[in-house]
Amino acid sequence: MDLKTMTYIVVGATFALYLGIAFWARAGSTGEFYVAGGGVHPIANGMATGADWMSAASFISMAGLIAYNGYGASLFLMGWTGGYVLLAMLLAPYLRKFGKFTVPEFIGDRFYSNGARIVAVVCLILASITYVIGQMKGVGVAFSRFLEVEYDTGLYIGMALVFFYATLGGMKGITYTQIAQYVVLIFAYTIPAIFISMNLTGNPLPQLGLGSTMADGSGMTLLAKLNLVVTELGFKEYTTQTMAGRLDMFVYTMSLMIGTAGLPHVIVRFFTVPKVKDARSSAGWALVFIAILYTTAPAVGAMARLNLMQTIQTGEIGSPEGNLSYEARPQWFKNWEKTGLLQFEDKNGDGRIQYYNDANPEMAAKAEQFGWKGNEMVKVDRDIIVLANPEIAKLPNWVIALVAAGGLAAALSTAAGLLLAISSAISHDLLKGVFMKGISEKAELRAGRISMAGAIIVAGYLGLNPPGFAAGTVAIAFGLAGASIFPALMLGIFYKRMNKEGAIAGMIAGISVTMLYVFQHKGILFIKGTEFLGDMGPNWFLGIQPNAFGAIGAVVNFAVAIMVAKMTTEPPQHIQDLVESIRTPRGAGGATH
Amino acid sequence: MEKPQGSGDAYWRATLGLLTTVLIIWFVVSFGFGIILQPMLDSIMLGGYPLGFWFAQQGSIYIFVALIFFYAARMGQIDRDHDVHED
Repeated sequence: MDLKTMTYIVVGATFALYLGIAFWARAGSTGEFYVAGGGVHPIANGMATGADWMSAASFISMAGLIAYNGYGASLFLMGWTGGYVLLAMLLAPYLRKFGKFTVPEFIGDRFYSNGARIVAVVCLILASITYVIGQMKGVGVAFSRFLEVEYDTGLYIGMALVFFYATLGGMKGITYTQIAQYVVLIFAYTIPAIFISMNLTGNPLPQLGLGSTMADGSGMTLLAKLNLVVTELGFKEYTTQTMAGRLDMFVYTMSLMIGTAGLPHVIVRFFTVPKVKDARSSAGWALVFIAILYTTAPAVGAMARLNLMQTIQTGEIGSPEGNLSYEARPQWFKNWEKTGLLQFEDKNGDGRIQYYNDANPEMAAKAEQFGWKGNEMVKVDRDIIVLANPEIAKLPNWVIALVAAGGLAAALSTAAGLLLAISSAISHDLLKGVFMKGISEKAELRAGRISMAGAIIVAGYLGLNPPGFAAGTVAIAFGLAGASIFPALMLGIFYKRMNKEGAIAGMIAGISVTMLYVFQHKGILFIKGTEFLGDMGPNWFLGIQPNAFGAIGAVVNFAVAIMVAKMTTEPPQHIQDLVESIRTPRGAGGATH
Repeated sequence: MEKPQGSGDAYWRATLGLLTTVLIIWFVVSFGFGIILQPMLDSIMLGGYPLGFWFAQQGSIYIFVALIFFYAARMGQIDRDHDVHED
């Protein structure tokens, strides 16, 4: 059976499954719509959180980032997992005890102020929309690549599917669908990794294979071999290279961690379990399911890099026969050339491919003696690594089809979770909470579905006309959430003296500082030409990239909030009693209004 | 952060004590071993892995998982000791 038919069958079957589940678990009440009625088992909830969490960025992009940034990309691995420790201990059990539907609802009640609630809604929508654009784009790319339709058509199909099951099922439908999506995406990710690890090192576990000796008889460990292969061609040493220095790595990691703990679509997951006790362990289960992919990703990245380098540099560096002849390039090379994501240019006209770092002066000098005229792999888009991996390793068609289904599952599940967070912020926090207090449950449910449809259209529109930014945007979404929502929640729980003035001032200061820093380097609202400081090392504050700035924003938030709170009156007694009550687990009911 | 008074505060003190312990380990394995001390630890090998690199790409994640379950179990014990557990 050819690849296209196989892809139709595998992707079609998984979608039939998701829609069937969404229909079976459709929501009847607002409780089921927002928090699945609070009755999801912690292990099931952990698995759904895993699917919700692992987006197109984790599934498609991360291994490619690791392949090209080596040790430096560890910040994504630690940042996107370490946040769960903060979530499990500092937020989840207390928010579950509080027992409401949404994050702005907690902020509004704790800081006894609709103003605080509205500020939280704005922060939530800014962070979630930034994040969801990337997902819709991922959906469009994956559909168009594997179903061989136009990018726009792919995006419309994706929008319709997300709309159908997210609005029908609400949180209950999404939770059960995401469990199925987790299973699909984790198999899709690990099966090719096992095959490749087996080929290269003889060890089927990728986590161990990465630390094993090569099976090619060289007696070298895989990482030592990789270091040798890349440094000989003038690239940085794999196991020690960083993206922008150690301080930047520190701040970037912190920013992703607190962003993880501050992203509302993840926090709301812990409102869906029956008890406070379950909220604690559910975060652990979520991390177990996430760690399966996150500990496999470094092996996928390193092995793909090694395979790619060795495919091109087949023999001794500098000898005429040492490089792959363009005529003899493998089929996957040709396939990806068609997409434009892989590009070759025969600069010295010898019909062979030279792939090396021509920006390294030492290597460039050596290359000149060989008669090389610059790096000829003019484009290697790192996002193709995971999708091309099974083809590079010559795995059967069903594995390639499964990877397509996995990428779609990752993008769709995250998009649905984010859309639910946006729609509940609008229907529950703005309408029911502030502007239309008398709204009936039925009307609220309808408003929830309408605002979700609205959010899908906005996200789809931005996905059709991307504002010219991609991978870094996801990190910016984390920065925004980490600089605004995380400190407000933490202070609300751990600092009884925190009052509404402090919390509001802190959130506004935190998100403003972060946005200002991002905009000054990347353009106002990301519009090219409006940046007043170029996006480069010497212009960065202490060498910190804009994507990493959320951690600094959070420090500003904490400092401003505490200072303002100390200068203004302390919160009323019933609020201090509320803080006392959320700190102890006894008496937690189901999530209610 | 507040002045202790009565048994509710003993519970909260015990909670904060546990949080501090877990957060110290969380910080040391990731920011400490994985980032700040990585150049030093890399001279030690763990199988085919330089140790600092292993902490950054594998070890810290395993320890995060263990930390959450350790926290959940210890916290359950603290709840029962202070008689604030659910049903």
